[in-house]
Amino acid sequence: MTTPLLEIRNLHACADNQEILRGVNLTINTGEVHSIMGPNGSGKSTLAQVLAGKADYEVTQGEVRFKGNDVLDMDPDERAREGVFLAFQYPVEIPGVSNMQFLKTALNAVRKHRGESALDAFEVLQTLKDKLELLQVDQKLLERSVNQDFSGGEKKRYEILQMALLEPALAILDETDSGLDIDALKIVSTGVNAMRSADRAFLVITHYQRLLNYIVPDFVHVLVDGVIVKSGGKDLALELETNGYAAFLPTGASV
Amino acid sequence: MTTMTTQLEQWEAQQYKWGFVTDIEADTFPPGLNEDVIRALSAKKNEPEWMTDWRLQAYHRWLDMECPDWAKLNIAPIDYQAISYYSAPKKKPELASLDEVDPELLDTYNKLGIPLEEQKKLAGVADVAVDAVFDSVSVATTFKESLAKAGVIFCPISEAIREHPDLVQQYLGSVVPQSDNFFAALNSAVFTDGSFVYIPKGVRCPMELSTYFRINAASTGQFERTLIIADKSAHVSYLEGCTAPQRDENQLHAAVVELVAMKDATIKYSTIQNWYPGDENGKGGIYNFVTKRGKCAGDNSHISWTQVETGSAITWKYPSCILMGDNSIGEFYSVALTKSHQQADTGTKMIHIGKNTSSTIVAKGISAQVGQNIYRGLVSVLKGADNARNYTQCDSLLMGDKCGAHTFPYIDVRNPSANVEHEATTSKVGEDQIFYLQQRGMTQEEAVSMIVNGFCRDVFRELPMEFAVEATKLLSLSLEGSVG
Repeated sequence: MTTPLLEIRNLHACADNQEILRGVNLTINTGEVHSIMGPNGSGKSTLAQVLAGKADYEVTQGEVRFKGNDVLDMDPDERAREGVFLAFQYPVEIPGVSNMQFLKTALNAVRKHRGESALDAFEVLQTLKDKLELLQVDQKLLERSVNQDFSGGEKKRYEILQMALLEPALAILDETDSGLDIDALKIVSTGVNAMRSADRAFLVITHYQRLLNYIVPDFVHVLVDGVIVKSGGKDLALELETNGYAAFLPTGASV
Repeated sequence: MTTMTTQLEQWEAQQYKWGFVTDIEADTFPPGLNEDVIRALSAKKNEPEWMTDWRLQAYHRWLDMECPDWAKLNIAPIDYQAISYYSAPKKKPELASLDEVDPELLDTYNKLGIPLEEQKKLAGVADVAVDAVFDSVSVATTFKESLAKAGVIFCPISEAIREHPDLVQQYLGSVVPQSDNFFAALNSAVFTDGSFVYIPKGVRCPMELSTYFRINAASTGQFERTLIIADKSAHVSYLEGCTAPQRDENQLHAAVVELVAMKDATIKYSTIQNWYPGDENGKGGIYNFVTKRGKCAGDNSHISWTQVETGSAITWKYPSCILMGDNSIGEFYSVALTKSHQQADTGTKMIHIGKNTSSTIVAKGISAQVGQNIYRGLVSVLKGADNARNYTQCDSLLMGDKCGAHTFPYIDVRNPSANVEHEATTSKVGEDQIFYLQQRGMTQEEAVSMIVNGFCRDVFRELPMEFAVEATKLLSLSLEGSVG
């Protein structure tokens, strides 16, 4: 039996002394697309950030294994080089740092880790060309500073462009659909679907079912109050669309 | 997984890599300052009488002046009688070639990465003429012959006083008069060495010129004097670099730099300053009190100052431009880093006198740990300065919550046709920014470096290419261990 790509066992995490994740269990095998849905405050983004290694969160219990290795011990950049990619919900701006320089540095960091040679700016550009087209990102953007003056849609497309360039083993999409109109949603989904392969797994965190019409998941999980309360196939998402989260909340609680 | 704070706590403050002392026999004056010391200094340098007299005149002016106290700086009182005003490596008479330079000195400059041998190119790419100043003397100047062929004079100022007295007499003190300020007066009395550059009419200097200042002896002050003259339609790019050993005492560096640009001439002056900044408790470090001024004397002349100040316990300087010629241009690009207990009160003065003059100021301050960074700038448009234009951008980057950035812009406009713009921003190196870059595979240090270099880009862009690389590396090195 092959080792799962990602194994989360009884994960408890808190921020500011407040427990947010209360025993998450999840197994993702390579090649699979998982989706996590849940009401506001359920811990969806926290899960994404804890997996990526954000220092604000303290893991109090449980373990996370990536490719069989204990990941909680690794710095965020180590995890990234190992193949964990997080498409941020709110990508931050970095003035003065050109997109080209940023992409080149990121790509070469991952390539070095994989034992591949570094690419120069020209080669990076060649690698980017078809991805720029797929995600409808203007090449001129490369001269601009990272995320600076990008519209919401541009930021999200740029996150997926980075994912396409870095070819991660596990791509975590944190509410990539938030703030996107239908057209942008379709472009982003095309980008993600183009990256689906037997070598890759996706964890798609979303608030609304709509994205899942375009990025069809293999598994859907419902996260409520820091625990996964139900798992199922893609139909579960449709069920939630119809009935909401009420069935999964403790009696008397509201979404 | 360790939190970001514990990771930082595990780092020690980056040690100043240039803190070594060169073990070399030196000819050093006993500490103290009086007329005899000045005469002895002048004699050591074989100066003509007019030069000795000029020094004494400045000394007497200095005696009547007081150290200014308007800066927002915490300066321990300086005992001027406890400083030795001359120290030179013993083996130097007139050096004919590099073979005669003490190997210890050659080794020093090798350690610093400064090419004293003409075959060695700076950063492996460029021919750069170098004047190496060690304590009070210039120990070597490269490429003098190639430059002489172009008519360019590039030599230590001590040599220029003897070989080109007319030029020196005409221009010395013409931009920074002896009585300009307390430290300028002191410098005029006791200046030791520095560079003299003269570019004749119509000549574009064939290579970059640079001077590396290295303080070595203890309890000495360094008072360099540099004078650069670009005649009509001449162009020159000059860079100065500075380092000093690690000592417990504060050492004073009070320099004066004068630039004169005639009609249609351009002078580009870049500084990468990395004097010893003191230890993590604020002990020791260089006091960098400098007067730098450029006069755009001729129409269409252009003077540009670019500085990267990462060292010194205290940096106090305002490289300025006097825009006398019509259509003349003054520029000031600065990155000043204050980390640990460093303090900086720096900025510029742009004085608009001629017509259609313009000035650009881009000042970036980076404060880390408990560093204090002050920008102080003056944009002055005199009554007759029609159509003057100024653009000022003043940005502060705060790393951590114990450092400080303060801005004192003075804008004095006396002509109604002037157009003066001032923009300022203050920001923090966001943890979110660092995390974003880490999530893309960069280590925390690489991330901070990338963010800070992005912040400084508009200034680094102005440096000659070879030095831009050095500046980027220096900034990254200086920043290690300062995220918090």
